Amino acid sequence: MTEPAAETTVGVVAHRSRLRTTAETVLRNRLAVFGLVILVLLVLVALAAPLIAPYTINEVDVANRLQGPSSQHWFGTDELGRDVFSRVIIASRVSLQVGFVSVGIALGLGVPVGLIAGYYGGRIDSILMRLMDILFSIPAIVLAIAILAALGPDIVNAMIAIGVVYTPIFARITRGSVLTLRDAVFVQAARSIGASDLRIIGNHVFPNVIAPIIVQTSLSLAFAILAEAALSFLGLGVQPPNPAWGRMLSEGRAFFQQAPWMAIFPGLAIFATVFAFNALGDGLRDALDPQQRSIIESRGRS
Amino acid sequence: MPEPLVSVEGLKVHFPVRSSGILRRHVADVKAVDGVDLTVYRGETLGLVGESGCGKSTTGLAILRLIEATAGRIEFDGIDVRSLSKRDLRRLRRRMAMIFQDPMASLDPRMSIGDIVAEPLVVHGLAGDRAGRRRRVGELLELVGLNPDHRNRYPHEFSGGQRQRVGIARALATEPDFIVCDEPIAALDVSIQAQVMNLLQDLQDELGLTYLFIAHDLAAVQHFSDRIAVMYLGRIVETASREELYASPKHPYTQALLSAVPIPDPEVERNRRRILLEGDVPSPIDPPSGCNFRTRCPYAFERCPVEDPALEGAEGHLVACHLYDELGVRVRGER
Repeated sequence: MTEPAAETTVGVVAHRSRLRTTAETVLRNRLAVFGLVILVLLVLVALAAPLIAPYTINEVDVANRLQGPSSQHWFGTDELGRDVFSRVIIASRVSLQVGFVSVGIALGLGVPVGLIAGYYGGRIDSILMRLMDILFSIPAIVLAIAILAALGPDIVNAMIAIGVVYTPIFARITRGSVLTLRDAVFVQAARSIGASDLRIIGNHVFPNVIAPIIVQTSLSLAFAILAEAALSFLGLGVQPPNPAWGRMLSEGRAFFQQAPWMAIFPGLAIFATVFAFNALGDGLRDALDPQQRSIIESRGRS
Repeated sequence: MPEPLVSVEGLKVHFPVRSSGILRRHVADVKAVDGVDLTVYRGETLGLVGESGCGKSTTGLAILRLIEATAGRIEFDGIDVRSLSKRDLRRLRRRMAMIFQDPMASLDPRMSIGDIVAEPLVVHGLAGDRAGRRRRVGELLELVGLNPDHRNRYPHEFSGGQRQRVGIARALATEPDFIVCDEPIAALDVSIQAQVMNLLQDLQDELGLTYLFIAHDLAAVQHFSDRIAVMYLGRIVETASREELYASPKHPYTQALLSAVPIPDPEVERNRRRILLEGDVPSPIDPPSGCNFRTRCPYAFERCPVEDPALEGAEGHLVACHLYDELGVRVRGER
């Protein structure tokens, strides 16, 4: 079994240089860099949240309830006089975590299912995709509620539930792209030189379906953050009084006439995050395509 | 007596046609290849000629088991290819290769040409470590007339002829004995075609390769093949050495094909008698009974719809036609 070992080391080396060229191309795309900067800031803020937040999340100050933005309370206060800025900052932790973990689960389950179903076709395809159809046929929130009812309301379970709900989307997108590649001549060429199925799927099929998956990932991160909001609103996700952007947004809705800042700031936070993911996703998709990359490079040169 | 490297007997490739709807009942078969016999001798080039859709590419793919055959026997250097396990087949692929028609489609757009040429080496664990592989890829690129310094470039950065050279380098990487060339020049500019043909010829002389060269016109294989097999609607209708086939074609279909090749001499060209075939190629789902060329054959007679002509003859010139006896002697006169 020395042969696979040799394969891996070479794969890693080749991969590293490709990773570098990809990174360089992304950095040439201004919008993607902007998205990346926002994301890095968000992650830093989330990590350092307790140090940045001027108040603790549950510091109730009824005397100063529903105050507009001021020098004391940058984002104003809510119906209990809690500092919205502090709550938005602290909530970034949970929201980003939900986004990454649940989409990670969906990717980890959906992409392999789609690759296998699309590549092998036939009965395997039918069985896997009918399973995905069953998941898909149940409305997302209902399915998530069912999963949470079984597992118990908890933020970790909410991530699992959201991940499972988004799995069929990734499976379908991946399978659809694989179907067009399965009979591609270069796949046949790989078979003709004796490449194994695993190698063909990993080295030839997967890199060529990555673009739609990346776009879907950046969209799904946004949806996952919103889904968490919906679940938290129903009392199944983040448990009060802990803050989450979605929760704050839905709670703020009730006070929108008197205190629009209660909804606007968490909303802006969601918007910025989603925008950053999408911008970076677009840049990545272009950078991973060698043809696009040449176009971008030649533009950079002129 | 030359030694056969590849021999195919009674090869059939049928693709099922299924009804629409959930039952997907098996309603018919497209008989893409329907009983092909051919032999490729070591070191020679066998040209396989036929019009589009006659099953010549399918035959090539089935011989390499890139498509599973429905019936028949395929032997490669004494090995029964159809009975090999998946694992043994993958190991055998080191000794046979394929060059594809469209060089853009046959190269993974996300791999550099260096990685593409190195892949067979990686798969079969050849050429040692990374440095050894790098050296070998450089050699191969040089062998096909590409600059080894371009190994980090991607297929779209090359011209059609250069891409086909990459495809050829990949096919040569494992030092195979046998290469199926599936119309390797059909997608190239005319000015490039000759270059690629010469490259294939030089490589054969240098490396002692055996080719199955698939083409849709006789002109393409004329200067290249030692022997030629003519295919019509899933079957071989005539096999002969190149000289023999051009000098005295026997099957009416071969005669028609040859009469369509322009002659680069205005005097002779003016007097060229062209045989125009009537009608279209019948559907391979429901081929005619007996000889399947009879619906378009100007010489068809009572025996043709009833009996399937066998591919037989003498001195390596085989023909599947009732106009000839089992030794290939014409038994029925011209009409």
